[in-house]
Order: sequence, then C-alpha cells, then structure tokens
Amino acid sequence: MTDAASNPATSLKPLRSQWLDVWDQFKTHRGALWGMGFFIVVALAVLFGPYIWTIDAQFIDIRARNQGPSFAHPFGTDQLGRDTLSRVLAGGRVSLAVGVTAMLLALGMGTLIGVIAGYFKKLDGPLMRFTDLFLALPLLPLLLVIIMLFRDTLRAAFGPETGIFILIVFIIGITSWMQTARIVRGDVLALKEREFVLASQSIGTPARRMITRHVLPNVLSPIMVSATLGIANAIITESALSFLGLGFPSDFPTWGRLLFDSTDYLQQYPERVLWPGLAISLTVLSVNYIGDGLRDALDPRIRGR
Amino acid sequence: MFNYTIRRSLLAVPTLLFISLIIFALLDLAPSDPTANLPLTIPPEVREQIRQSLGLGDPIHIRYLLWCKQFFINEPLNILEDLTGWQVGGERLRVLSWQTRSPVVDLIVQRLPQTLWVVGLSYVLGILIAVPIGVISAYRQYSWFDQIGTFISMVGFSVPTFFTGVLLIVIFSVWLGWFPSIYDTTHQVTDWSSFMVQVKQMIMPVSVLALFNAAQISRFMRASMLDNLNQDYVRTARAKGVREHLVVLVHVLRNSLIPVVTVIALGVPQVFGGAIITEQVFKVNGLGQLLIIAIQGGDVPVVQTLTFIFALLIVLFNLIADILYGVLDPRIRYD
Repeated sequence: MTDAASNPATSLKPLRSQWLDVWDQFKTHRGALWGMGFFIVVALAVLFGPYIWTIDAQFIDIRARNQGPSFAHPFGTDQLGRDTLSRVLAGGRVSLAVGVTAMLLALGMGTLIGVIAGYFKKLDGPLMRFTDLFLALPLLPLLLVIIMLFRDTLRAAFGPETGIFILIVFIIGITSWMQTARIVRGDVLALKEREFVLASQSIGTPARRMITRHVLPNVLSPIMVSATLGIANAIITESALSFLGLGFPSDFPTWGRLLFDSTDYLQQYPERVLWPGLAISLTVLSVNYIGDGLRDALDPRIRGR
Repeated sequence: MFNYTIRRSLLAVPTLLFISLIIFALLDLAPSDPTANLPLTIPPEVREQIRQSLGLGDPIHIRYLLWCKQFFINEPLNILEDLTGWQVGGERLRVLSWQTRSPVVDLIVQRLPQTLWVVGLSYVLGILIAVPIGVISAYRQYSWFDQIGTFISMVGFSVPTFFTGVLLIVIFSVWLGWFPSIYDTTHQVTDWSSFMVQVKQMIMPVSVLALFNAAQISRFMRASMLDNLNQDYVRTARAKGVREHLVVLVHVLRNSLIPVVTVIALGVPQVFGGAIITEQVFKVNGLGQLLIIAIQGGDVPVVQTLTFIFALLIVLFNLIADILYGVLDPRIRYD
C-alpha cells in the first residue's frame, strides 16, 4: 500500500538531490550569491589575469615610477616603477593560495581530531584537553615568534619563497584547527546516539568504515561552513603577518605586503594603499558572506521553509 | 559554584605552567644572538663573558626554573613591596630585558597605560555601540535598519584593522588634516586644550578597534535576541499585558545578555592581541609595540614574559566567562 501511495508522488515531482535543495536555499541569500560571484571573479582574475595582463610584477621601470592611473598602468606604479595591477594580481595568487592551503590543513587536522575525539571515548578526554591547551595559546605573538625562529632555516632549505610559503601555511594551519575540531566532535557525539549508527554497528561495521561511510558525510555541513571561515581567517592572518613585516619578502608580493609597502608612501601617494586593501577586504567579505549563506542553506531546519 | 571555581583555578595552574614551558622551549631554539648587535671590536672572550652574564651559560632547565622563580615569586613580591611599603627579604633577581637591561615588569608597567587606554576604551565603546544595534536589529528583523546594521557589522568583521586604520589615516590626517596620524604618548593632559589634543589623537585608533569589536558583538547580540524573542515566556509576558518596551528591554534583553556577556569576557584577551596591529598602524608605544620590538631584537626575556602574560589573560578570562555563565544563568549548574 505504501508503495502505491508514494510512487505517483515521486513520478510527478522530478527527483531532487540534497545538493540541489541546498543550492536552491543558497540562491535565496542575496549576499551569499554576490559573495560567491565576486569570489569566483577574484579567483579567475588572479589565476588567469597574469596571462592577459602580461607586465611582469617584478619588472622595474624606474623612469615610470610613482605614476598615477593611466592606460599603460591602470592602477599606477610604485616607487620602483613596477606596475601595481600586475603586483596586485600576483599578490592575490599568493594570498589566495595561502588562504586555501592553510584552510585545508586546518580543516584536515580539525576534522581528524574532532572525529577521533567524538568517536572513540577513551581518546576524547586527552584530545579535548589538547585542544583547550591550543585555545589558550596567545596565537598572534606565537606566530610572530615562530616566524622569526624558523624563517632562515626554512629559507635555506626550500629557497626564499617556497620556504616562507610552507612556514606560513603550516603555522596558520596548526593554529586554527581548534574550532573545527570542537564543532565536529560535538556533532559526532550527537550522531553516535542515532539509530542508524546503532543499526550499522549491529551488523558489525568496523570503526574505519563507520567513520568514512556514516559519520563523515553527516558532519560535512559544519565542516564546509568552517572551511569558508578558515579561508577568511587565513587570508587575514597572512596579510597581518606581512603587514607587520614578518611575512613574505618585499620582492614577492602578497596583498598584505603590498599594503605594508605602500604605507611608507602614505603622505605622498595615499591612493596606493587602496588596491591591496580593497582586495583583502572585499575577498574576505565575500568569503564571509558565502559562509553565512552556506550555514543557512545547510541547516535542514531552515531549508525547505 | 565555589567548589567549581576552586577546581577550575587549580586546573589553570598546570595549564599555565605547561604553556610557559612551551614558550620557553620555543624561544630557546632561537638562533638569534643577543650579543650580535654589540660592536665587533669586543674580543671573543669578553663576548662570551657577556653571554654568561645574561645567563646563557646554564642548561635550559635551570634557566626555565630561574625564570619561573623570578616571574612567579620575585616579581609578585616586588609588587607587594611597592604597594604596601613592607620589606620582604633582601635583593631579588628580576627578569631583565636584554635590550635595555631594565626589569621587564617595569617596561610593561610603562607601556600598560597607553594600551589600556586605547584598547579598553575601544572595547567599552564597541560594547556600547553593539548592544543597542543588536537589540534593534533583532526586534525589527529584516527591516532596513537590520539590513544596514548586519551589512555594516559584516564589513566591520571582514575588513582587517590594518586596512581601516590606514584608510582613516589617509582620509582624516592626509587629506583633511583633522587628526594626527601618530599617537604621541609623551603628551600630558594639563588643561582643556591639551585634553582636546589627547582626544584628537585617540579618536582614530579607538574608533578602528571599536568598529571591529562592535561588529563582532552586535552579531552575537542579534542572534541571541532572535533566539529569545520567539520563546514562550515572551508570549506569556505579552499576553498578561506587560508593556512592549518592558518585555523587550527587561525580559528578553536580560536573558539575551547572558551569552553575550560571556562572549565579551572571552573577547578581552583577543582584543589585546588584535591591538598589536592597531598599535603598529598608529605608532602607539603600548604592549604590542614592545612585543614587536622585542621579537625583532631577539630580546628573549621580554618576549617570554609578554607572551606568557597574554596566555595568562586568555586562561583568566576563560575562567571568568565560565563562572559568569554559571552565575548569570541559574539553569547552569556545574556541581
């Protein structure tokens, strides 16, 4: 009977997957849609922009220094005659790459620790004490200290740019996983009490498959939301470090470094701080809006209403 | 409650000791040489003696225990002596800065007023702005006030302080020339005109930090108000004829403030950390700038003590937030 009753309904309505529903809900959040559009534009611009705007970011044209906006240099040039547009594009590549990689690292660590702590009761106590300990560390001072200590070693080992990239991604990653871990642990603890987990346990599913098949897919939504927040956080931390003069070297532009370099010329060319600053702010704003929309879209209590 | 407080305080001690050990071990790896800035004409054996006098000759565990003794026993005793005028014991070894050769605690005491004024004022201001905005936004959800309020708080939350700070400098000190771009800490307030100078130089750093804090707190305030506005007790209050402003400002606001107060307490140490950047932008010579200079100069005792004080603030305010939560919300019982 139930089959007969439910069959016409499914045949009338086209089959909808969960992700289509999520997308429908996401679309209703105007800020999130704008943010997503802007973020895609920025990502495409920094990925493919340097192939279209072919002036090298390092090319020094000392005769064209300190110029305002013109057709040859839409964003003007800096004190050595380097083109600001190409520097902003190249800087965006690094900033976004740092943001995404550090987020992935933090997310991987946070999810791993969260799932293990939530799933295995014996490890819960120690792992959460460990997380609390990390939460009690003063992060910005420690980041500065770690960079000072290991900068030269890693530069010598991997070359000046790759070394500092690895260092910055690593330290941002290992200092921002704690929130993800706590959220994931809470969700896993709640999931463990559900019937489908019990059912799956009763047919003898091993812990490894239980986590990958049943637990992880169900904690995906908080992970995705903290992924967006993680990107925003990593971009801001990287630019803050560069702004304090402890990030990437000056000939290797990132948005924070460009902002730091242009503050030296604040009195003479105040417009120069605008481009990197706007780039950081708008990118972070768009990512935060995506996160807001995603949180609403992934919440089944809001969705479908 | 009392038992809980005692237990948590006792638990904080090993945490703090462990954190100080981590910081000390990290700093010990530092390749920087404190004698590197001294003239090259100093003969190597004298240089070695200088290193010994800085206490670098001892193994790491002895140096760590020495630091612990100086920081946890000697410095509190000194403060006690200063406050009460008693004489406890004789001369004590203090934590000395390698750069200035003066006690680190004295350096911190010199820098503290500037940081407290700028950071503290901006935090108080941020809370005062955020709470009404959050209340009105939630009460008139989806109104134009709410739309603009949430947009501004999103912007304030996303735009880093080093950009808003630089932007304010460009607008108000380069173009308009209203405020100085550098904070002058030697300025003394004696009469009305010098007071106005002080106000002028404080406006920009305080408003940058206040905007950032207000953005975060108003988001929490709005969410917490929205949670409470749909509760049954609100409907009951309205049904029995309580006036609307009393319902919102007494019933709902008091309940919504519980999580917000704990968020405010948790935010205090973060504000100190965030002020490092703002102090750098406006050249305020507060604690953040002291830390940056010490890091750049490889001044290990100052970095160690300051970082530890930041950690102490975090642990302390976490504890305060938890206890406040228990005190304010009778549903929460820790025992």
